Amino acid sequence: MIDYENILDKKARDIKPSGIRKFFDIASEMKDVISLSIGEPDFSTPWHVRQAGIQSLDKGKTWYSPNKGFSELRASVCEYFNRRFGVSFDKDTETLITVGGSEAIDLMIRSLIGEGDEVLIPDPSFVAYEPITKIVGGVAVSVPTREEDSFRLTAEDLKSKITPKTKLLILPYPNNPTGAVMRRSHLEAIAEVLRGTNILVLSDEIYGELTYGSERHVSFASIEGMRERTVVVSGFSKAFAMTGWRLGYALGPEPIIAVMTKLHQFAIMCAPTTAQYAAIEAMQNGDDDIEHMRGEYDSRRRLIVDGFRKLGFSCFEPEGAFYIFPCIKHTGLSSDKFCERLLNEKHVAVIPGNAFGESGEGYIRVSYSYSLKHINEALKRIKEFMEEERKR
Amino acid sequence: MDKLLKLLDENAKYSNEELALILGTTQEAVASAIEKYEREGVIKGYKAIINWEKADAKELVTALIEIKVTPRKATGFDEIARDIMSFDEVESVYLMSGGFDLCAIVNGRTFREVALFVSQRLAPLDSVLSTATHFVLSRYKDNGVILCDEPVDERGSVL
Repeated sequence: MIDYENILDKKARDIKPSGIRKFFDIASEMKDVISLSIGEPDFSTPWHVRQAGIQSLDKGKTWYSPNKGFSELRASVCEYFNRRFGVSFDKDTETLITVGGSEAIDLMIRSLIGEGDEVLIPDPSFVAYEPITKIVGGVAVSVPTREEDSFRLTAEDLKSKITPKTKLLILPYPNNPTGAVMRRSHLEAIAEVLRGTNILVLSDEIYGELTYGSERHVSFASIEGMRERTVVVSGFSKAFAMTGWRLGYALGPEPIIAVMTKLHQFAIMCAPTTAQYAAIEAMQNGDDDIEHMRGEYDSRRRLIVDGFRKLGFSCFEPEGAFYIFPCIKHTGLSSDKFCERLLNEKHVAVIPGNAFGESGEGYIRVSYSYSLKHINEALKRIKEFMEEERKR
Repeated sequence: MDKLLKLLDENAKYSNEELALILGTTQEAVASAIEKYEREGVIKGYKAIINWEKADAKELVTALIEIKVTPRKATGFDEIARDIMSFDEVESVYLMSGGFDLCAIVNGRTFREVALFVSQRLAPLDSVLSTATHFVLSRYKDNGVILCDEPVDERGSVL
């Protein structure tokens, strides 16, 4: 008999499974569930992008690419990033094509972090940073963010968590789950704290194309002096509705990208090539698709924020991604309890905010990556729920 | 295309308040734009999209009629099109390119009623050379709205 309990690595075993799983399982059993829980676009990949993938298959182009991705794709990514965000990178030494933004996050943390190194993670945030940090022996230090700061990372909070062991700051903006964005002035303040330190930055800009209002997303690498300490992680999933293709990229200083490429080479070989061919088309001819989808998200965003506010929720105005993060503290319920009841009683699925970190307690994440009709139906049910809740 | 018109084309029941939110403008601006469209005849009316197969009034038959005509000297196809559209049974009339000239969408309670309408009223009209009647057997999508089972959301549960 193999003693699995003791044979499995302790660090791996101790990683908490995502608490959301059971919730998703209940929801998937329900027949008439209206979900506002999914974190991916409801659009299909634009047709011309799909076609580029199909054509590569038609021509039998089914071999490995170079480890760091096709040269044409790397060139297109660099050209795109410079065009959209005004930072130039070298396609051969500063660019790596990965299996989704997720792999780039994993590679960056594993390349940098060793036993006892501290990683600063704004809380609430996407769920992957902490477990990856822990598996390599690092210490995940959460930096709370607050509704009154529009869930931005502030210089003061950052400063208070820096120790001599701090090696990496995760900067995940526009933010999942809050929809918070960091404008240039906010990033300047963070940069000011980092200048003169050896702290590196993983700037997860996967939602960079999805910001609303007249100001565009500012890449942290574009802030003076930050390029040398920043690896930008992004991908095709959110901007081009290409989640299932599993393709992302990392842009950053040569010595870091070189080590990341080495790890990538041994674990992955290269990102899927069909996806790479499609992505070249997205990078070169996809700007209009982004505008179209962003316009749609923006309409839904205004509708859903207004809807929640009318139901009595305090809901800060998110300026990026496709989530809102309403406060549910006035109901007297915990995030888990609120979501559980809403699901059981009205068959509406939203995600408890604490799934993304302790600072998310008292909030829920609501995705508006759904049609207007779907959103309106969900709002109607949430309204009923709140009315019944008040009578309780 | 004007985004407001596109939205109303999708769903005429949006309130001005909702439209203002979706478009990022004020209710007053929406109301005055709609009023202008109505006045200028850009918006010709509002009606429900009904799945008659599900309604109690099950006896509704729709046919698409191809009509070949001889255009009249002074008025071309317009006059004959007007003659055809004046029948209550006719829901829509279009001038077509291709193998025939006019297309009429005709509603009736039974196949027989529609067939008799075509043979007794439409076909005998001056200038009508021939007709071909195609009955609608099943509606999958009407006016941009899916009438059969809606596609399910196949997205996985991912945070």
